[in-house]
Amino acid sequence: MAFTDQNIEVMDSIIKRYPRPRSAIMPLLHYVQSLEGYVTNDGIELIAKKLELTTAEVSAVSTFYTQYKRKQVGEYHVGVCTNTLCAVMGGDAIFAGLKDHLGIENDGVTADGKVSLEHIECNAACDYAPVVMANWEFYDNQTVQSAKDLVDSMRAGNPPAPTRGPNTLPTWKENSAVLAGLNDGRANEGTQAGEPSLLGLKLSKGQKGANA
Amino acid sequence: MTTLTPVLSAHWDEKDSFTMAGYKRHDGYKAAEKALKMEPDAVIQLVKDSGLRGRGGAGFPTGMKWGFIPQGDNKDHYLVVNADESEPGTCKDMPLLLANPHVLIEGMIIASYAIRAKYAFVYVRGEVTHVVRRVQQAIQDAYAAGYLGKNIFGSGVDLELVLHVGAGAYICGEETALLDSLEGFRGQPRLRPPFPAIAGLYARPTVVNNVESISSVPSIINNGAEWFSSMGTEKSKGMTIYSLSGHVTNPGQIEAPLGITLRELLNLAGGVREGHQLKFWTPGGSSTPIFTAAQLDTPLDYEGVAAAGSMLGTKALQIFDETTCVVRAVLRWSEFYKHESCGKCTPCREGTYWLVQILRDLENGKGSEADLEKLLDLCDNILGRAFCALGDGATSPITSSIKHFRDEYIAHFTHGGCPFDPHASTLFASAKAGA
Repeated sequence: MAFTDQNIEVMDSIIKRYPRPRSAIMPLLHYVQSLEGYVTNDGIELIAKKLELTTAEVSAVSTFYTQYKRKQVGEYHVGVCTNTLCAVMGGDAIFAGLKDHLGIENDGVTADGKVSLEHIECNAACDYAPVVMANWEFYDNQTVQSAKDLVDSMRAGNPPAPTRGPNTLPTWKENSAVLAGLNDGRANEGTQAGEPSLLGLKLSKGQKGANA
Repeated sequence: MTTLTPVLSAHWDEKDSFTMAGYKRHDGYKAAEKALKMEPDAVIQLVKDSGLRGRGGAGFPTGMKWGFIPQGDNKDHYLVVNADESEPGTCKDMPLLLANPHVLIEGMIIASYAIRAKYAFVYVRGEVTHVVRRVQQAIQDAYAAGYLGKNIFGSGVDLELVLHVGAGAYICGEETALLDSLEGFRGQPRLRPPFPAIAGLYARPTVVNNVESISSVPSIINNGAEWFSSMGTEKSKGMTIYSLSGHVTNPGQIEAPLGITLRELLNLAGGVREGHQLKFWTPGGSSTPIFTAAQLDTPLDYEGVAAAGSMLGTKALQIFDETTCVVRAVLRWSEFYKHESCGKCTPCREGTYWLVQILRDLENGKGSEADLEKLLDLCDNILGRAFCALGDGATSPITSSIKHFRDEYIAHFTHGGCPFDPHASTLFASAKAGA
């Protein structure tokens, strides 16, 4: 894809955030993913040109980080946490169930291009285990069945809202733009905290009530 | 019973807790206004006096870290907040930022002023889009209110605050790898010394602090050092967020004074899930040696956990009951370290690879007792010889689990495979049992 003048302007604004241009390489890679769906060779060439680096230097950075994809992922990229705690709590069963249900392996994409699947590491939501991420939004406390229903709804084009996230599930490209630091105006959507986050606060209020 | 002390989490149950209006309703940004009227060195002294220690794992005194920044050196100084929360089991900073990003921004304003930094960065892990949105919006709102940018609070002080989003690399939680990542390189750790206080971001004096550490600062400015140090134990002052996860009736975040025990926390959280018993747990993430029921009464502060042979770490209390296979658990953590090893140093890169090979065989019933000695020997060659703490951390679950559960490892090869039913440990299994 050819990058437009407007794309270049956005890239310039990202570079201007930093005291030194090279620091912009990560948001620029997220931004390329928001336009192309993954880190394309064209994208790498453009970033290299903007930052006065070689394409090898930009590639070296993009291949270090697992969120930068070198091939097209699904419109909905699903990550199942299979680090120890989530795995034990059901993440392994969910991941196996989704592979079977979708007929794809780890890093695979469904033939309709709707859903891709990846096993992921700890996503800092252990009190909501087992956790599934979709386009890096939280789907907490999943079961094998709820995860299958989730990917079915994605393929049908009507996924439910994330548990702790915006009111509807953005696409992979839309969320890649957010990760590039471009505000989509949806910060006020969704809950401020799920039940487990409030456990201690509620217990504390109970303690105060008991002492009153 | 310990009285809980919700400070950081005090207003998380209010629907708009993450907004500027929600934050200001509870004296938000008053601490920054107050701090900017103090001498910067007095702010550092106050934080030193409070006894606040780093909440990201290492427990280094926060005020002392700030004091290491050379002053009058005519160099740019930087504050970098580590919000790359990814230590397995750790899940406190993300809910904090989701529910109240402004407390971090206010803490960053105060810290930047104290160390005389005109640029501050918050490095948020990339796999949490809604957290990124909340932080981004909060920064924009703080700029609009005149709390960031030029002449903040009309004080003549300038501060630029930049959100930087990671892209899925656990190693970037290591402070020097984080700095390399923020400079636009592969996130690999640097040799220390020089420490970041002397040569950090762009080789300039830099403070790197955890989200929870910096978010604790506004409350210290508002209420004083004595208030803060009245909570906690002799050398571990203040309140902190403990994260309970796994086989516990009510998992979640509990903010309490440092030094509370797991027995107390479990009682508060309804105990281990019904019909089951505690088998093993991590005090502070997967890189901290595991404990068993024998450490239920260990005070969860920096000294108490260290004296019992582990580390307080991030206070990530992952609870596993008797249905959990310890070999499976440790294998999975080892696969994680292998995957996340950055490849810079040989002991970690090669060592984690071989740890996984041996553990996979053991979990599948292939191996012998000699393999346990080989695992321990490998760990011995990684611990203290790796370039950074990732390699050390990789050895913790292995050496501690062999110490506590050697018989269970042996049972795998006498049994010819894993003797556990993985379904029995799942959340769905307990839901059925409870129905």
